[in-house]
Amino acid sequence: MTFAIQFLINVLSLGGAYALMALGLVIVYGILRLVNFAYGELIMVTGYTLFLISGSALPWFVMAAAAVAMAVVTGIATDYIAFRPVRAKSVTAVLITSFAFSTLLQNAALLFISPRPRVIPLPEIFSRTVEIGGAITPMRNLLTIAAAVILLALFAFLMRRTVLGIAMRAAATNFTMARMLGVPANLIISSAFAISGFIAGVVGLLWMGRIGTVVPGIGLEPLLVAFIATIIGGMRSLTGAVIGGFVLAFIDTSLNYTLPQELLKFRDAFTFSLVILILLWRPEGLMRGPATGQRT
Amino acid sequence: MLEVTDLEVRYGAIRAVRGISFSVSSGELVTLLGANGAGKSSTLRCIAGALKSAGGSIRLDGENVTSAKPEIMVRKGVATVPETRDVFPDLTVDENLRLGSYTRRADRSGVNADRERMFELFPRLAERLSQPAGTLSGGEQQMLVIARAMMSRPKVLLLDEPSLGLAPVIVDQIFELIAKLKQTGVTILLVEQNVTEALAVADRAYVMRLGKVAAAGTAAEISAATDIDALYLGG
Ligand SMILES: Nc1ncnc2c1ncn2[C@@H]1O[C@H](COP(=O)(O)OP(=O)(O)O)[C@@H](O)[C@H]1O
Ligand SMILES: [Mg+2]
Repeated sequence: MTFAIQFLINVLSLGGAYALMALGLVIVYGILRLVNFAYGELIMVTGYTLFLISGSALPWFVMAAAAVAMAVVTGIATDYIAFRPVRAKSVTAVLITSFAFSTLLQNAALLFISPRPRVIPLPEIFSRTVEIGGAITPMRNLLTIAAAVILLALFAFLMRRTVLGIAMRAAATNFTMARMLGVPANLIISSAFAISGFIAGVVGLLWMGRIGTVVPGIGLEPLLVAFIATIIGGMRSLTGAVIGGFVLAFIDTSLNYTLPQELLKFRDAFTFSLVILILLWRPEGLMRGPATGQRT
Repeated sequence: MLEVTDLEVRYGAIRAVRGISFSVSSGELVTLLGANGAGKSSTLRCIAGALKSAGGSIRLDGENVTSAKPEIMVRKGVATVPETRDVFPDLTVDENLRLGSYTRRADRSGVNADRERMFELFPRLAERLSQPAGTLSGGEQQMLVIARAMMSRPKVLLLDEPSLGLAPVIVDQIFELIAKLKQTGVTILLVEQNVTEALAVADRAYVMRLGKVAAAGTAAEISAATDIDALYLGG
């Protein structure tokens, strides 16, 4: 029983983080049909912002909010710097510019801060543990679950109930038609990048909260996780991205528990094999996206 | 109201529209006829702002709106019903209509009044409000797209082959509707291949052939012209 609780909490907290990571990537992909390879750097920016203002006397919550705001700004900037100038020209060009922007941000961190890990301030609650049904659980796992629930609910509300959300869903299936109804293309795209930045910022705080430090390459794993989760779930579906995140977390956690010690360092190889099996079974991912849609 | 002069549209090397000129006056229903590939849809999409023109000009109430963005054209009063019908299949009928009034969403009472008017014209839509638009029949989707376009309260409505691929009885309903819309005072540019029905509702007509205007006149004149079939066959 204790084990079951432990396992469940681990899957839900890792899955919550993965689901959010995937959602932040797929919100932009759904609208532009382009992968933002500088997505992981939004998490990096969150971490370094927190590090840079850690000396201030501000309450942690305010610093965290500033760090998330920085991720939102960087997200919107990604569009203006890496996407907008070349978007209409070619997919390959955007692939390269978003890679370039990612490298640029990482190198800036290497050069102006340090290649070594930098400690980010965390509130005391992150290091506390609680006992639930006999299972000793870090508080930050519960925080991650709570944050995932709140953010996913907020996101669902935004997409279903607000005009902006409905317009974004419309733009994801047929951008030109949405524009012909008066929905401004730039508003939709900027909103997608802003939401992506917001989600990356929040998940970044929780992600870095596990280790308490930030390094220039911190964004690589979240990008990879998001990418795999969206592929499992179906690149075109927001629900799919969330499901994909939880499936990936379930696979990872199960392997953590079942693989013998000497094989554990090859866990990712096992994970990828399972992902390939899922894709052989359902090549388009678990969830189909919206019916139509051309790239803009 | 709408004045198109020497308009050209190209797809790379393909010259789809080769300098056409025509005009639509306020409250008029003008139909643009012509065989497949004559350049009708390209003309319409260019007016709507979805395609850039390669030459010539488009004026709306005297203002030059050539190559304006689609989202700007709606704000200037041009609503489009494209040939491909383009409901948002995963959005409900209600959400589709809501997007139709996107440009004037602040005007709650006006929008609600227009919705009621649309439900009177299209009672089927009222019954299917919470259904995904993709589950509607072809005729219902066409009605939804027309109602959605009307929700922006346009001065000019561009209709691209609204009868395409629909059963004859539905086609009749659609043309009845177009006649009703005309009575509301909205200016309409109707692209059609269904010559008889289109000429029956239109005030004037232009016949396009190979990207150019091959004939123009009142609906009666074009109907009476004996060479209309020839124009078509030549298209
Ligand atoms: N997206 C496109 N790319 C290339 N050529 C096109 C495209 N759309 C239309 N055309 C060409 O432009 C010409 C006019 O097409 P169109 O405007 O759709 O005619 P119509 O609506 O009168 O049938 C045709 O020769 C067609 O093949
Ligand atoms: Mg056509």
